[in-house]
Amino acid sequence: MSLADLKKKRDELKSGLNLRVNAIDPETHVQVKVAMATCGIASGAKEVMEFFIEQLDRRNIQGVVTQTGCMGYCYAEPTIEVTLPGKEPVVFGYVNLKRADQIIERYIKTGELVDGIIPVNYETIHSKE
Amino acid sequence: MKSLALNILDIVQNSVRAQATEISIGIAEISRDNLLVIEIKDNGNGIPDELIDKVTDPFVTTRSTRKIGLGLPLLKFHSELAGGRTEITSEPGKGTVVKATFRLSHPDRQPLGDIAGVITMLMAANPATGFEYCHVTPEGIFSLSSKEIISNFENESLNDSSFLQDLKQYVISNLESIGADGAVK
Repeated sequence: MSLADLKKKRDELKSGLNLRVNAIDPETHVQVKVAMATCGIASGAKEVMEFFIEQLDRRNIQGVVTQTGCMGYCYAEPTIEVTLPGKEPVVFGYVNLKRADQIIERYIKTGELVDGIIPVNYETIHSKE
Repeated sequence: MKSLALNILDIVQNSVRAQATEISIGIAEISRDNLLVIEIKDNGNGIPDELIDKVTDPFVTTRSTRKIGLGLPLLKFHSELAGGRTEITSEPGKGTVVKATFRLSHPDRQPLGDIAGVITMLMAANPATGFEYCHVTPEGIFSLSSKEIISNFENESLNDSSFLQDLKQYVISNLESIGADGAVK
């Protein structure tokens, strides 16, 4: 297959499709960041990222999937951070493909919280002056 | 790491963190010399002189979230397990080269794995970075550059899942035609 073949295939495909909006708008787009450091990669973060890219598209959810570095939760890898439009980011740990599916169906689609959230917005007495 | 493609994904994260704008990934399967060579070159910030001899120590890392850095030590470990070695050279402000060699037929050499998936994912996740991928086997050469993709497919978004799948298939079919390891997922 040459690049020209790939291009021809894409052109044929596009002629039958409505072009989707490509601009990324945080007001309406879900942002999913997958931690992709050594611990994440070794635990399967690549498959999780591929799953999100494919499934958000398949389930018609406007979103952007990117990778990030170590978030510090190596014991809970794979970890992802999901930011729904207008909401605070939430970090999920122990994300296997089954949990990724739940996160899409429940948290992303309806806002219902799913097991495995890693709390990040707490203050300890040490951080208070 | 279960496959070398995952080690490559890991090392490229270092290049991305070093703010590289050009990253090149070269893989050569040289059966005549029984060698597999993987080279990752970037134009990022580089590794300071005082750290360069220590980077393959797992307890040395530039991260602040934790005290362990396993990317380079694991690559070194896998290369030595397969009768090879890993060399890291760097010039602060110019870039870094990580070169790992392996005995191609060594029974402990990890399979290359899903290199097509890794390359397409890297391009998708880092659209502003220029990637050059080159794979050489005794049967031929395959190369792909993100600049080539952008200039040929300007209306496609690297965020478009069906395009990414097509691109991955494109890479796999070309790797198959040169008999590369990693052509089959």
